[in-house]
Amino acid sequence: MKMKFLYSVVLTLFMVSAHAQAKLNIFACEPEWQALAEEIGGDKVNVTSATTAFQDPHHIEARPSLIAKTRRADLLICTGSELEVGWLPLLLRQSGNNRVQDGQPGYFMASEQVERIEVPEQMDRSMGDIHAGGNPHVHLDPNRLLTIAQAFTQRLQLIDAENADFYEAQFVHFSATWREALKGWESQATALKGKKVVVYHKNWSYLLGWLGIEAVADLEPKPGIPPTSSHLVALLQRVETEQPGAILIASYQDDKGANWLAEKSDVPVISLPFTVGGNEDSMTLLGLYKNTLSELLNTLVSS
Amino acid sequence: MKVDRLLLSSLFSTSLLLSGYTSAGEKIMVDKEDYEQLKAAVKSLMQASESNKQALMNAEQVAAKAAASAKAATETANRVDKRAKSKSGFANSKGRISGNEFNPAISLILDGRYTDIDNSELALPGFQLGGEAGLPDNGFATGHNELAISANIDDKFFGSMTAAIVQEDGETEFELEEAYLETLGLGHGFTVKGGRFFSGIGYLNSIHDHAHDFADRPLVYDALFGGHLIETGLQARWVAPTDFYLSLGAEVTSGSEFPGGSNNNNDGLGFFVKTGADINTSSSWQLGASYFTTDFDVREAGGHAHGGGATADNELQNGDVDIAGIDFVYKWAPQGNPKQTNFKFQAEYFIRDENGHAEFTEGVNSAEADYDGEQKGFYAQAIYQFMPAWRVGVRYDHLEADNRFANFVNGGIDQDEFLEESGLGAEDDPNRSSIMLDYSPSHFSRIRLQYSDFDNGHGESEDIITLQYIMSLGSHGSHTY
Repeated sequence: MKMKFLYSVVLTLFMVSAHAQAKLNIFACEPEWQALAEEIGGDKVNVTSATTAFQDPHHIEARPSLIAKTRRADLLICTGSELEVGWLPLLLRQSGNNRVQDGQPGYFMASEQVERIEVPEQMDRSMGDIHAGGNPHVHLDPNRLLTIAQAFTQRLQLIDAENADFYEAQFVHFSATWREALKGWESQATALKGKKVVVYHKNWSYLLGWLGIEAVADLEPKPGIPPTSSHLVALLQRVETEQPGAILIASYQDDKGANWLAEKSDVPVISLPFTVGGNEDSMTLLGLYKNTLSELLNTLVSS
Repeated sequence: MKVDRLLLSSLFSTSLLLSGYTSAGEKIMVDKEDYEQLKAAVKSLMQASESNKQALMNAEQVAAKAAASAKAATETANRVDKRAKSKSGFANSKGRISGNEFNPAISLILDGRYTDIDNSELALPGFQLGGEAGLPDNGFATGHNELAISANIDDKFFGSMTAAIVQEDGETEFELEEAYLETLGLGHGFTVKGGRFFSGIGYLNSIHDHAHDFADRPLVYDALFGGHLIETGLQARWVAPTDFYLSLGAEVTSGSEFPGGSNNNNDGLGFFVKTGADINTSSSWQLGASYFTTDFDVREAGGHAHGGGATADNELQNGDVDIAGIDFVYKWAPQGNPKQTNFKFQAEYFIRDENGHAEFTEGVNSAEADYDGEQKGFYAQAIYQFMPAWRVGVRYDHLEADNRFANFVNGGIDQDEFLEESGLGAEDDPNRSSIMLDYSPSHFSRIRLQYSDFDNGHGESEDIITLQYIMSLGSHGSHTY
C-alpha cells in the first residue's frame, strides 16, 4: 500500500517533468543573459535568471530553488570567467543534471566567447577579488554582446536542431536591430569621449572602454573589498586633482561611500542600471544601453 | 577588401568550429592564399559528409550574414587580429606541456583560538561520548587546521579529500575527515558518492567546522554524533524534476563510526529528504528530515577529551542505534543581496534510541547492565550581518536523556558509580547559551569572539570565552545553502 503510494508519487513527478520539456529550459545566471536568451529563443524557450539586477552576481546563495532550476535546465547561459565561482559549481554538482555540466553543449559561458580585458599578470589574494580569466563583466560592450549573441545562437541550434531556422531568423532580426541602434549610440557617444569618472567596482570597464571614458579611481580599495573610510579620504584628494564628471555605481551596489564622496567633492553620483531590470527604463537590452547612455550624457555632457 | 576580410574571418571561425577547436588561437592571421585554401576546404567538407551538412549550411548562412553586415564584422575581424597579435607573444609557451596545468583546487584552513575555560573535560550526563566530542583546552590552542584538495577528475567524476591536522596533548594528529568521489554526469537528477564522507543527514552535519557560525559545534552534534556523523560507504541522491526543490538521499555504509561501533555487516543505513523554496526575492527556506540506523558488536566510549582513568574500559556490546531528526533553515537578505546585511535562522532537532549491554571495567572491578536509552536534543540559532563584514549571532542548545537499565551486575562497582563513570546516568538537562560577534574583512578571513554560558548537567554552570580566527588560503570552494 505504502509502496503503491510512493510509486504513484514518483510517476507523477516524471510526468510533470515530461510535460515541462515542451519548451527548452534555459537557466541564465544574470538578467542580461536572460534577456539575450529570450531575444534569440523567442517563444521556443523558457528562461529564468538566478539573479536580479539588485543582486551582486559574485555573491548569492546556492538556494534550494536554484538547485531545482538547474536540475531541469537544458541549457545554462552564464558569464563565466569565475564570476559565479562562489555558487554555480555547487549548483551543478548538486543538480545531478548531466546536460549542463562543464564541457557539455548545455554549458555556455558568455565571457569566454570573447576576448577579455584586465587579465591579471599575477594572482595574489592581497590584490582583492580578482579573476584569473580577466574582467568578466563583458555585457556592456555592444560589439562583444553581438559576438556572444551569435555564438549563443549556434549553441541553441546545436541543442535544439529542430528549431534551428527559427533561431537563425531571430538572430538576424536581433543583430539588425542591434546594429541600427549601435549607429545611433556611437554618434551620441562621441560627446563622452575623454570624460573622467570614479567607479565603484571594475564592472564598468567594458562600457567605459567602448565610450572612451576614463576611470580615474575606484571606490573599492581592492576589487571586492567594500570602501573603507581611509580609502575614501585618499580618494577625495584624487578627485580634487582629477576633476571627474561623475561617480558611477550599479543598482546593486551600496551607495554610502559614493554619497559621502559626492557630498564632499560636489561630484554627482549616477546610479546606473548595470543590467536588465536595473531600473524601469532598462527592461530590455536595448533599453539598458539607451538608459545608460542617456544617464551618462545628462550628467557628463549637459552639465 | 572589407567584405573579403569578414567573409574570411567568419569562414575561418566556422571552420574552426567545424574542426572542433574551441579557441581561435594561433592560426588567426590569415592572408589571401589561406582564404582560398579555406574556401576549398569548406567546399570539400560540404561534399564529404552528410551529417555535417546541416552545420555547414548554418556556417554558410552565418558567413553570408556576416558579409552583409560590414561594420560589426570588421570590428570582429579587427578584434580577432588583435587577439592573434597579443597571443603570438605567448605562442611558444602555449604549446608546452607542463605537469601542473591540471592542479586540483587546494585549500588550507587555519584555525586558532584562545579559550577562557575552567574545566575543559566534556562530560554530558546521560550521553556516552565518542568521536570528536570535547571542549577546547584552556588558553591558546590551534583548532581544526584543514587541508582540502578537490577537482573534477574527468567529465564523469569529482573527487575531494579533507584532512584535519590537530594538535592535542602535545601530539600532532592527522585525521582523515573526508575522501570521496562523486559522479558528475549521471543525469536525471542522480548523483552517487562513494568513499568516506560526512553523512547527508541533518543540516550542519555535512558542513565543515570552519563554515559553522560558532566556535563550537551544537551540543546535540557532539552528544549524538561525536561531532559529525562520518560514514564510509555509498550515498545516492536524487533531485526531483519539480518546480520546488525536493531531494531524496540514501546511504549504505559501514556504520562503524560513533554512534555506531565495530560490526562486520556494513549495517549503517541513512535516509534524508530535503525540500525548500523561495518565499520572495528576499527570503528562502529549506526543511529536511533524516534517519540513521546501525548496529554494533562493540562500541568503545570516550571522546578524545577523556584523558584520565587510563585503565578504565567503557563499552557497549551487541547494541543498535536509531536516530531521527528534522532541520530547518531560513535566510533573508534585502532583495536577495546578502552583501550589506543578511539574516539566517537555523534549528535542528534529533532523537536517538539506542540499546545494548553496557560494561564498565576499572582494574579488577567491573559493573554491567542492560541499557535502553532515549536521548534528544536541539539547538536554534540566529545570525545577523548588520553591516558589511560584521555579524552577530545567538544560539541556544539543549539536551535531554532518559535511560533505563535492567539486570545490573555489581562486580566491585556499585550502580551509582557505574552510572556516573559510564556516562549513561542522566542527571539534569545540559544546556548552553552562546552569543558571538565576528568580523570578516574578506571572504577569506574571519575573527570571532564568543561567550557561552554552559550548564553541564551536573549542576555546574560555567562561562566560556573564545577568541578565534579562521583563515582560508588558496582556492575557496563555494559553501552550500
